[in-house]
Amino acid sequence: MMGFVTKRVLSAVPVLLMVVVIVFLVLRLSPGDPAAMIAGPNATGEQLAQLRESMGLNRPLLEQFFLWFGDILRGDFGTSLVSGKPVTALIGDRIGPTIWLSLVTIVIAVAVALPMGVIAAWQQGKWVDRLVMAGSVLGFSVPVFIIGYVMILVFARILGWFPVQGYKPPSAGLWEFFSRLVLPSVALSFPYIALIARIVRTNVIEVMGEDYIRTARAKGQTERGVMTEHALRNAAVPIVTIIGVSIAMLISGVVVTESVFNIPGLGRLMLEAVLARDYTVIQAVILLFSTIYVFINLAVDLLYGVFDPRIRY
Amino acid sequence: MFARPTASSLLKSTLLALALGGSVGAAAQAQTITAVMHAPLRAVDVQISTAYILRNYGYMVYDTLLARNTKGEPKPQMADWKVSDDGKTYTFTLRDGLKFHDGNPVTSADAIASIKRWAQVDKTGQVMMTLLAEMTATDDKTFTMTFKEPTGIALLALSKPSGLAPFILPAAVAAAPVSTPITSTIGSGPFRLVEAEFQPGVSATFEKFADYIPRDEPADGLAGGKVVKVDKVVWTSMPDPMTAVSALMSGEIDYIEQTSPDLLPLLEGNADVKTGRYEKQGSQNLARMNHKIPPFDNPQVREAAMLALGQRPMLDAQVGAGSPNGTTCAAVYGCTSLYNTDYAADRILEAHPDEAKAKLKEAGYDGTPVFLMHATDIPSLNAQGPVIAQQLRDGGFTVDMVSMDWASVVARRASKAPVAEGGWNMFSTTNVLPDVGDAIGFIGAAAGGDAAWFGWPDVPAIEERRMAIARTADVAEQKKLALEIDELVIDNGVMIPMGEFYNVASWSTAVTPQMDAEAPIFWNMEKAE
Repeated sequence: MMGFVTKRVLSAVPVLLMVVVIVFLVLRLSPGDPAAMIAGPNATGEQLAQLRESMGLNRPLLEQFFLWFGDILRGDFGTSLVSGKPVTALIGDRIGPTIWLSLVTIVIAVAVALPMGVIAAWQQGKWVDRLVMAGSVLGFSVPVFIIGYVMILVFARILGWFPVQGYKPPSAGLWEFFSRLVLPSVALSFPYIALIARIVRTNVIEVMGEDYIRTARAKGQTERGVMTEHALRNAAVPIVTIIGVSIAMLISGVVVTESVFNIPGLGRLMLEAVLARDYTVIQAVILLFSTIYVFINLAVDLLYGVFDPRIRY
Repeated sequence: MFARPTASSLLKSTLLALALGGSVGAAAQAQTITAVMHAPLRAVDVQISTAYILRNYGYMVYDTLLARNTKGEPKPQMADWKVSDDGKTYTFTLRDGLKFHDGNPVTSADAIASIKRWAQVDKTGQVMMTLLAEMTATDDKTFTMTFKEPTGIALLALSKPSGLAPFILPAAVAAAPVSTPITSTIGSGPFRLVEAEFQPGVSATFEKFADYIPRDEPADGLAGGKVVKVDKVVWTSMPDPMTAVSALMSGEIDYIEQTSPDLLPLLEGNADVKTGRYEKQGSQNLARMNHKIPPFDNPQVREAAMLALGQRPMLDAQVGAGSPNGTTCAAVYGCTSLYNTDYAADRILEAHPDEAKAKLKEAGYDGTPVFLMHATDIPSLNAQGPVIAQQLRDGGFTVDMVSMDWASVVARRASKAPVAEGGWNMFSTTNVLPDVGDAIGFIGAAAGGDAAWFGWPDVPAIEERRMAIARTADVAEQKKLALEIDELVIDNGVMIPMGEFYNVASWSTAVTPQMDAEAPIFWNMEKAE
């Protein structure tokens, strides 16, 4: 097991190296530069040239790359070209809201989608199954921002149960914290509920046709026991895979929800950095996302062994 | 000794704590104005960037030596002044009690260092420095500016309200070269930035600077007493305008600097919200052509473009069809400026596609595509590109409109190369009217060739008149010269005025509206308990 983990962690190194090179090149080769954004709409060419010089953007690309790469090897992600704040501090400020939003969303998604998928599989072909499948098509098709607007209208504006927007950390109090996460998390969970429920249903249906299910029933096991002890456990590998992928997608894909609900998370930081061409911030956030992807995939692989004892590393 | 808590008592105490927490929070926020500004605050150097959010930030944290009142007249703010009989020497005396946020007194050395740094970047400041012979501190509270010839530019420049306003920084901070953005937030203005709560791009909290001593006169525009009547002002950014409007209607925020025109109907009839516009904060649309490369290196083709374009369709696209918040205006310096004129209004206001086609034929236009840069990520600019493109096509031009984000526009517009090598032919943008109305500093009218703003028009007659305006203190003479520049700008196609529009602010009835000034100002605003 340790050997497998070490091998997987080491295999992440070339992946991250490639990310480092690609991100750097894509940013430098795309139009726009941070000096122009800092100097504002009325800046003259002379002002821009001065700023570029002071920001080191006039140096040769290779020199810029190796300076940056050397810094990140020392754990120094530099300072934001726009705000002058350390990039790690900016990420530190923004990572909390994104992680909380993603965690609450995935908890809601799994808690709702698992029973939905199981019930749909159990009631395959009946009206409950059709209802669940129709709901999952809807949940996957309607854009999250539309769901968000509707939820704001109903639960914040009309009923007044929750605030419209914003984020407060857990230290601000439980209600302050959760009341601001409920609407965005629920809105964001819709497509993931749809996705996970469909995967659960498909895999449970497949497993329910297996010989060992018939054997379990023949031995007199209850339908509930068959479902939880045999069907779900054997369908777990693809379900865990999709949940893992969902978490990875969530962390890097919350930008719309963060914008609609005004949550100052990593998605918004990334979007702002791209619009301002804040290279150091973009590079660091993409590296962070890549690392998260790598480790979530590793965690998913390790979980396979938990659900399927035949899989050993 | 203590009773063991039951589940019920735990639940009750939790609910009580949550309820108390909420009420305490509500009380703490009573004197806080939460405002959604037009852009997030990310940087804090007010002297190197013309971004308007930085100008707004400057007025919170810094103060200016002079300030303009609602009539546009320079008035004493941090300093009073005297002019020598020969009109060459201005003596400025700082008023008593001026302090920086770190407790240090504001001195003439701070003023001189700040003016020097600002003048390296600001167009009006640059002109002022060419006329300046000497700037020296007489003592801690007095300094003089001696010019080579009699001039009124000192008062115009030091009261400049927008673009790069001449804010006063501590001398040690202002000693930084302009190529190095400053990160200090210590000013001497009525508010202090709470650094611990500053999240670049997210929110900026300002608290009342207790040691700020306002002037005795009533507030008037940017001049007069800056009396802070709340404890805190929080600027928050909301990328989604719909969320901002919902938050305002729910009472979560107090003020939106610029309300999306599409969402104004939601606020109509809402008793808890008021809307209004600030006349001094209007904006001018302008189209800019690249004089360096074909086809706009040909004056006749530039004239054809001016004939092809009309203002109303663009304004309709920006603020809604027939909206009173969009007004046509032919004047280069804006219709609310001292230099309002209707010169060439017949050519500028309406589109004349047939005349444009005839002019293009006369010019021998060969159908070279006009590379039009269209910025899509700023709502007011997003509306411009397609309208301009269609009007140019109607006028006989071949147009290659390329949509990109604003960052790409500002990078590409710096290129003087041919289109195939990364150049451009036309872009459009907006400038706020206080900047537009500055006859010396307005970048759209400057025409100093390579030293001019992007597009690089080269019309020496304009530059001569800009300098002449700086030299004279005679207002009538300044107006005469500015009107001459207006004509030269239009006749040479330096820029094409594309109408004026006003952003609508909206605010909770719990707060008093802001006073009209060239920038959003939060002093003298009150919030009900």
